[in-house]
Amino acid sequence: MDATIAGILALDGLTNGAIYALLALATVLVFAVTRVIFIPQGEFVAFGALTLALLQTGKVPGTVWFLLVLAGAVTLQDLVNGLRRGQTAQRLAAQALRTLAWPGVVSALAIWAAPKGLPMLAQAALTVALVTPFGSLIYRLAYESLADASVLVLLIVSVGVHFALVGLGLYFFGAEGFRNPSFWDQRFAVGGVALSGQALIIFAASLVLIAGLWLFFERSLVGKALRATAVNRLGARLMGISSNGAGRLSFTMAAFIGALSGLLIGPTTTVFYDSGFLIGLKGFVAAVFAGLSSYPLALVGALAVGLLESFGSFWASAYKEVIVFSTILPVLLWRSLRDPHHEE
Amino acid sequence: MKLLKSLIATAIVAATGTAMADVNIGVTLSLTGPASGLGIPVGNQFKLWPQTIAGEKVNLIILDDASDPSKGASNARRFVTDDKVDMIFGGSITTVSVAIAPIATEAKTTQIAISPVGVPPEQERWLFRLPQGFSVMAHPIIEHMKKNGVKTVGFLGYTDAYGELWLKEFTKQGEAAGIKVVAAERFARSDTSVTPQALKLVSANPDAMLVVASGSGAAMPHKAIIERGFKGKVYQTHAAATPDLVRIGGKDVEGSYVVSGPAVVAEQLPDNHPSKAVAVDFVTNYEKAYGPGSRNQFAGHSYDAKIVLEKILPVALKKAKPGTPEFRAALRDATETMGRTIFSHGVMNWTPTDHNGYTNETGVMLKVVDGKFVVEK
Repeated sequence: MDATIAGILALDGLTNGAIYALLALATVLVFAVTRVIFIPQGEFVAFGALTLALLQTGKVPGTVWFLLVLAGAVTLQDLVNGLRRGQTAQRLAAQALRTLAWPGVVSALAIWAAPKGLPMLAQAALTVALVTPFGSLIYRLAYESLADASVLVLLIVSVGVHFALVGLGLYFFGAEGFRNPSFWDQRFAVGGVALSGQALIIFAASLVLIAGLWLFFERSLVGKALRATAVNRLGARLMGISSNGAGRLSFTMAAFIGALSGLLIGPTTTVFYDSGFLIGLKGFVAAVFAGLSSYPLALVGALAVGLLESFGSFWASAYKEVIVFSTILPVLLWRSLRDPHHEE
Repeated sequence: MKLLKSLIATAIVAATGTAMADVNIGVTLSLTGPASGLGIPVGNQFKLWPQTIAGEKVNLIILDDASDPSKGASNARRFVTDDKVDMIFGGSITTVSVAIAPIATEAKTTQIAISPVGVPPEQERWLFRLPQGFSVMAHPIIEHMKKNGVKTVGFLGYTDAYGELWLKEFTKQGEAAGIKVVAAERFARSDTSVTPQALKLVSANPDAMLVVASGSGAAMPHKAIIERGFKGKVYQTHAAATPDLVRIGGKDVEGSYVVSGPAVVAEQLPDNHPSKAVAVDFVTNYEKAYGPGSRNQFAGHSYDAKIVLEKILPVALKKAKPGTPEFRAALRDATETMGRTIFSHGVMNWTPTDHNGYTNETGVMLKVVDGKFVVEK
């Protein structure tokens, strides 16, 4: 191996690592606020990439119908719960309207815009607008009523949600994969290593997003409320912070990050309806590096996973996944020795 | 003319009049579930079957196994106990075919699998396969490489059974032809990047690359090799011979070679290819029923199943009556000894030692030219 090969491998590893970093941040965020180990995080990546791919071909993506079905299900659930609690018709209607408004408007927009062949950036924005509401809807449908259950129960629910989303993904997107065109086709030669425009976009978008998240948590009131919930749910509730609201917000952000990751990764690989799982799992490994609590450590872990994967593929491609997932063992050992786990 | 017609009619009556019972055939296909994409076209072609074959009424009992091996096994159980079928076709996927094999063996009923399948030797006796095996598909690639002076090959394949079997077969046939696999790398369909593998393969500097993957999954590794500046020939296997390769691969797959069965490229086959006439007949009739461009390799298998019946029914009918164990045994023997037979998918020649059966005349090399598959002559 010479310097050029090492350079190409490092670049490839860091590019994937940047994507894993975004997913790791989302995983940490969701776990910190709601204690849900969100396995389906990767599914948003596949949904994002495939939605854009279908918009590119001028078809109405299956995500639209999926979103409407999900919104309908949540509305129904709210209605049943509301009637049980004897809420007024006016309040019920207002609640239903709040749930249905965004999905309805975005879906209508997507159906109108799909055959028009809008510029790619507009389609990308539409994709993010379509996939982001999934987060909150899935949280309300699957997790909200179980918010006080143990981590284990929430994990099992996550496994169920993952299988449901993969199955529905197959139904709505079909079995074949898609590859999106690059946002930026330019190539740069940096010391013998070809740097693609898409890789630069991935780095830039990851940095901007990470900086944005930092500002959000440090500077904004909502961000501080989320942090407060993460530190102490009960305490935050006593201070008037809705833990349901915090959960919905964190899931919405997770879906947003997932969709964005999908847009970023779409042009560099072929994405299938089930591609998200492994990508999300590597983000999860990175999050475990950080003990599911520290954002900067998750970032470091994600870049390490990316590099490990890239160099592992070079040396022993048949054992790549084994190498990546085995590294989690010493990390788990180290973490459990350093801060012993307390049963809740 | 009238005389001729009535003569034929009398002949048919004479031929069929002797048979007492109809021939019953059990078909289990994955018409729903994850593998329905393969099972539905097979079923579509079965719907185009004539009522009578070789003058005998043939009843097809088509059941759905929902891509589930245990459902497939219970379908097969029903075929042999309730319907007393003379023959079983199916399953359309490997896992179902495997589940049916012991039941067919136990009931001494011939099973013709519409998927590749490996079984223990004691079940091999009653099992025949319609799809081409790896060895007949590796053959045209090796021949093409020999002709073009390729001596060293880099292998980039799925890290599953498909990749493994191809590597084994290709290495074996390659050694005999003086072609060496100098580097073998693996990847998974859902990988985010194959750059490291491509890098290693390209630095080994082989004359050609063999990419072993399926459908749209075959495009990403191909692109990665080209992106790393590989200038030699790139070969793809028959699982990649779908429009998805070109849809995703774009200009990067231009000029590469893909091996394929003859059925889907019927019109383009050179006139001296044995399957030409049969393949054209299959494609024309299928597309007449299901629309232009609907052709696919899976439907070709149920077309070939009819050719098998046309050949073996007359032989078996001479020995015994449908519905009896003797007839089932006669069907098996007739299948094994039917000899060189032209299928839409190639040239079949089942023998007692080989129930895969295709001869090396089967495979066709295609080249991607302007985003289309063109037969390489």
